[in-house]
Amino acid sequence: MRSIRARLFFILLLTTGLMWLSATLWIFFSTRAEVEQVLDARLMEAAKMVSSLVVNQEIDPDRPAQTKAKIPVLDHPHYDRQLSCQIWSLDGTLIGKSESAPETTLSAHATGLSETVINGETWRVYAVENAELGVRVLVGDNLRIRDRLVNDVVKGLLVPALLIIPLLASLIWLSVGRGLAPLRKLAGDLTARDASDLHPIAETATPSEISPVLRALNGLFGRVAGARQREQNFIAFAAHELRTPLAGLKTQAQVALASSNAEIREKALGQIVAGVDRTGRLVRQLLDIASVEASETARGAVEVNPGDVLASLRNELLGHTRSAATVVIDPGLDQLQVRINADLLRLAARNLMENALHHSPAGGTVHCRLVRNDGTVTITIDDDGPGIPPEELPHVTERFFRGRFKAAVGSGLGLSIAELALEHAGAGLALQNRAEGGLSARIVLPNDLIA
Amino acid sequence: MRVLIVEDDDILRDGLKVGLALSGFTTDAVATRESADAALAAGSFDAVVLDLMLPDGSGTDVLKKLRDARNDTPVLLLTARDTVADRVSGLDMGADDYLGKPFDLDEVAARLRALARRSAGRSTAVIEWATIRLDPARQSVEKAGIPVRLSRREYSILHALMSQPGAIFSKATLEDKLYGWQEEVESNAVEVHIHHLRNKLGPGLIETVRGIGYRLGGDS
Repeated sequence: MRSIRARLFFILLLTTGLMWLSATLWIFFSTRAEVEQVLDARLMEAAKMVSSLVVNQEIDPDRPAQTKAKIPVLDHPHYDRQLSCQIWSLDGTLIGKSESAPETTLSAHATGLSETVINGETWRVYAVENAELGVRVLVGDNLRIRDRLVNDVVKGLLVPALLIIPLLASLIWLSVGRGLAPLRKLAGDLTARDASDLHPIAETATPSEISPVLRALNGLFGRVAGARQREQNFIAFAAHELRTPLAGLKTQAQVALASSNAEIREKALGQIVAGVDRTGRLVRQLLDIASVEASETARGAVEVNPGDVLASLRNELLGHTRSAATVVIDPGLDQLQVRINADLLRLAARNLMENALHHSPAGGTVHCRLVRNDGTVTITIDDDGPGIPPEELPHVTERFFRGRFKAAVGSGLGLSIAELALEHAGAGLALQNRAEGGLSARIVLPNDLIA
Repeated sequence: MRVLIVEDDDILRDGLKVGLALSGFTTDAVATRESADAALAAGSFDAVVLDLMLPDGSGTDVLKKLRDARNDTPVLLLTARDTVADRVSGLDMGADDYLGKPFDLDEVAARLRALARRSAGRSTAVIEWATIRLDPARQSVEKAGIPVRLSRREYSILHALMSQPGAIFSKATLEDKLYGWQEEVESNAVEVHIHHLRNKLGPGLIETVRGIGYRLGGDS
């Protein structure tokens, strides 16, 4: 059953019904026991009473049976002729009987309680023998009447119950509906919202059961709003940063169109080609940032060998860049196994190695090393370029920061991408100038990432 | 007309330098705030094309320094941030005009000409002196309705003289207007160009003020 209202309705109705039923059953049995006890006592009392009448000679045992003594019985619409009485002589002659009593003996036994079936009806009989007078007094009542008594009590319980159940059902239905109203209101509020409306839902006057849902929803709204804000910032920032290269491309194209000088035209076209390459790289890096930022938490970590990652990056980058530098990878890096998101590590290492190659002088060396410290393992990518002026070091990971020693192809995004990717992978980036000149870019891996 | 271009993007800077030169400007280009400050302190420019985002600071710093030094050289701001608020703050800071990237090269040239015209106190684009008409937008010169062909440098000298009628220009000032830094100045180039101008437009147009320089001669 999908509806809480229907489910609650059926559960409540069923349990109420069951409770009613068990109460009725209990009343049925206890009433029956009680009735039995009371009526048995009455039987005994009546038998003794009749017996004492006989003893007092008020009933003459020697009188013939034809003149049967009449025992008066009160008239009652349902329960008349409840008791039947027979007085037998000990030799088996019926001396007297009440009006409702059958002709045959109610019981064969001498004294005490017993049940006898006469003409298909069960009688409960109490017998008293008076040996002195030679009579036996039998007082009995029909069990059908006893059952009717109990049944009437139960009926008195069930009939109003059957009448009340529809009323109870509608009350349950209405009150469950009422109880669920805050949920409906919440749903209505959410439906009425438009997609950009991410402000939290007010928690005032919210039932405590719905508060956790509301808090979770508001938390989600907060996260979505944050992600959306980042996205908007990113789009504004990307649009902004693409404008300068586009302006450059357009200007060069207009120079090529306006000039009749072949040399100027050729140079402008060359600049356009270089500009398109650079803009393409910028777009790739912007997409890298977007994809790293989209991953809110560190994604699936796998076991990675940093030596392999660096070696494949070396092959890829030395093929593309015009750099005349060489890349040396320490053999120690092949022994290392890191549990990290492979894509993020590769992205960071790629940007750091690209950066190192761009700033390396011709014939320079980019050296990748492994350094083990207390608590961390560091992969360093060292170049022998100009390094970063100390006053610029704190700013180089800011987006689009380009220092004074910027490379011609730099977009100012490489280091910030590396830092962002490493942060998302649970690692860190440290940059420092080397004593012997050049920059040392360090991927700092906490020990818990080391496999 | 000599223009300083301050832009850190290599390709755009090169494009502006070459493109504005094609439109008849004498152009110099720098990439940083520091070198822009140095260039503006040293040289005389008729206008500055200034990018706001520079690697070592903001174009607004350059602008502020320029205005603080009571230098009224017209400044055209170029920027990727072109919201209304950015435009307003740029103009309030003392810029004369504002252009969002990407822009049209011809529009930059036209705006620079307009800035130069306004700073010279003229309201019309075409400059006239006696029977001579000079149209900066088309880089064309007419004498009594007949077009006259001038070389780029001859045109630049005539444009400089006609922009400020009555003012005397020293030889060094005229050289400044003719040559960017990378260009080598021939020792008697100004005299040669003045000589050609007198041949083409009549001997009385340009007067020599002995020991000081040159100015427009005759009456307007």
